[in-house]
Amino acid sequence: MGALTHLLDFAGWERAQAESLLETARMMEEVLERPMKKVPALKGFTVATVFFEPSTRTKISFELAARRMSADVVGFTGAGSSLAKGESFKDTLLTLQAMALDAYVIRAPVAGMAHQAARWLEGAVVNAGDGRRAHPTQALLDAYTLLDDLETLEGRKVAIVGDVAHSRVARSNAELLPLLGAEVWAAGPAGLLPERLPGARLTTDLDEALEDADAVMVLRLQRERMDEGALPSLREYVAEYQVTEARLARAKPDAPLLHPGPMNRDVELEGTLADGPRSRVERQVRAGEAVRMAVLYHLLVGRAA
Amino acid sequence: MRLLIRNARLVDGTGELGTADVLVEEGRIASLAGGDAERVLDAGGRFLAPALTDPHVHLRTPGQETKEDLATGLAAAARGGYGAVVAMPNTDPVVQEPEQVRALLDEARTLSSARLLVAAALTENQEGRRLTPAALLARAGAALLTDDGRTNEDAGVLARGLVYAAAAGLAVAVHAEDAGLRAGGVMNDGPLAAELGLSGNPPEAEAARIARDLEVLRYAVRKAAALGHAPRLYVQHVSTARGAALIAAARAEGLPVTGEVTPHHLTLTEEVWRGFDARFKVAPPLRAASDVEALIGALERGELSAIGTDHAPHTAAEKERDLENAPFGMPSLEVAFPLLYTELVEKRGLPLAVLIECMTSGPRAALGLAPARLAEGAPADLMLFDPAAQRTVDPARFVSKARYSPWAGRELVGWPRLTLVAGREVWRDAALA
Repeated sequence: MGALTHLLDFAGWERAQAESLLETARMMEEVLERPMKKVPALKGFTVATVFFEPSTRTKISFELAARRMSADVVGFTGAGSSLAKGESFKDTLLTLQAMALDAYVIRAPVAGMAHQAARWLEGAVVNAGDGRRAHPTQALLDAYTLLDDLETLEGRKVAIVGDVAHSRVARSNAELLPLLGAEVWAAGPAGLLPERLPGARLTTDLDEALEDADAVMVLRLQRERMDEGALPSLREYVAEYQVTEARLARAKPDAPLLHPGPMNRDVELEGTLADGPRSRVERQVRAGEAVRMAVLYHLLVGRAA
Repeated sequence: MRLLIRNARLVDGTGELGTADVLVEEGRIASLAGGDAERVLDAGGRFLAPALTDPHVHLRTPGQETKEDLATGLAAAARGGYGAVVAMPNTDPVVQEPEQVRALLDEARTLSSARLLVAAALTENQEGRRLTPAALLARAGAALLTDDGRTNEDAGVLARGLVYAAAAGLAVAVHAEDAGLRAGGVMNDGPLAAELGLSGNPPEAEAARIARDLEVLRYAVRKAAALGHAPRLYVQHVSTARGAALIAAARAEGLPVTGEVTPHHLTLTEEVWRGFDARFKVAPPLRAASDVEALIGALERGELSAIGTDHAPHTAAEKERDLENAPFGMPSLEVAFPLLYTELVEKRGLPLAVLIECMTSGPRAALGLAPARLAEGAPADLMLFDPAAQRTVDPARFVSKARYSPWAGRELVGWPRLTLVAGREVWRDAALA
């Protein structure tokens, strides 16, 4: 297994690579449990968070992850609208590069931007979400959270529910979870399902997806999908696809419930479930920090080796 | 001055015509049997063909000269073996006044390069509402009317445009994509777009619009027949199997339609998107392998009869934007012939005469121009190419201002060595002694 040079998506990944990264994340989580939550692992490295799309939690999560390992952190937030003018994207990256940085955590509104950045930059690029394409650290933190409950993903059935077509979270999970042995089902209304999602079985039948599921992952519904005509009515969506206590009864008892956040309570998910014993939403956030520490560690220390 | 091109292997759209000594005099082919000349050029057994005609290029003048201008665009054409190119009107301002047409033609004549033919807008500002003055534009020298780059949403406007253009002796070219179905699609719609998370432009967007435009043509032909006029429709950059089939059926039925196909749609598939590179962003998008197969088949059967490059130069900075904001288009005048010679003739066995026909007489017929033939008395618009000349595509050597190419690094054969326009040398490769 070669050293990780970028984390753009899981193309070309092997199971051992994913497992090793998740194992490192376990060690990193121990750091987060100490009174003094800091180790010198990345001392001397500088990490840039480059966000062309607004995001608070992912940005904070990455910045904390880097700081916990003593890396220096700089942040750039660019408005999406300036991208239309075109000059800013590559120029911003090259300007940052001129400041001698080691890793770039990039969040971008358009698919492929992390790949483009990796072509232009010499440092390690971490895709923190590009358009509807990929969000690999989210999938890693989801896998990490699932392993808490399920111990192994081998043979486990994971149901992903909601706006699958526009979800980078669904796309990355459908890449990663099968690599770890899971069977992934993706359910949603026809207008919100992609023509193809490698790694997942697609269905418009929510009950079929939930039947005997070992875990359920609910996606955020973007209300603007109605304006685009991808979804005829919110009322219909809630009636047909909201994950409710009653529907969840089809899944295995105690099947954990994940949501990448932020949540529309009582839209994609029944409000009481969000705070119930099955919810792993807060656990996911903690896992995210540990996983991002592991990713930065593998990229920077693995690369230097 | 007389020029003798000795020992040339002649080929035109009718086939290979054997080896001959071609005498050029006063801008015309004076003889295919040699003769006395002041200048002699030994072709060394290389192919001599009519110079190519490109019915569809963007030279960006007036207004976007940072991307390309007449001098660089026509020089790029000459280097690519083209004797004439048709420049599209989607410039800034749009070319839609007779004076603009005259000014462009005047400027091109000073350049001693490939011939410029000017397409003017079909509607004012290409907005699809009010027609431009077809007769005045034709008189000023316009060769074609089109709102290329924009789709004609109003079928009634297109129908009247076809009728008026016919009265002026001009064809109407269309960019056939249904705007609603195409939406914001970046690449071909289908399983790969879904997998890559990129927005798709479906093949049906093209087929739906071609089907409509053929019905509009049928109507225009009926309306104009009583006046003795014959509308002609030119469908630009056909990219799908279905679009090609619709045109084939219409032609079989006798409708006066010509379908054009581009070098990129003949040699690249949507698979290139796996690299997330905006060099490959074109409209209509690069399609599936099955579409490429269908397009080549349609050329071979004569159902699509013109190859146009849609040479659409942009600055490197524009192409380095993200995939949604990068502009559509790629430059290809300088590589089109060797690319198609290598990929279609050498690798796939397409008859050379078919390729030559689709790059010379096919587009000329659509424009209402005489076929390009190697015959005594024909204009000496000629192109010499070397089937053995192998070279790597190196955009740094382009004379076009667009120094990027989807084929950069590709080894090609069949590079042009010499281009003559009216017997005058407008390009000669240093490798040609």
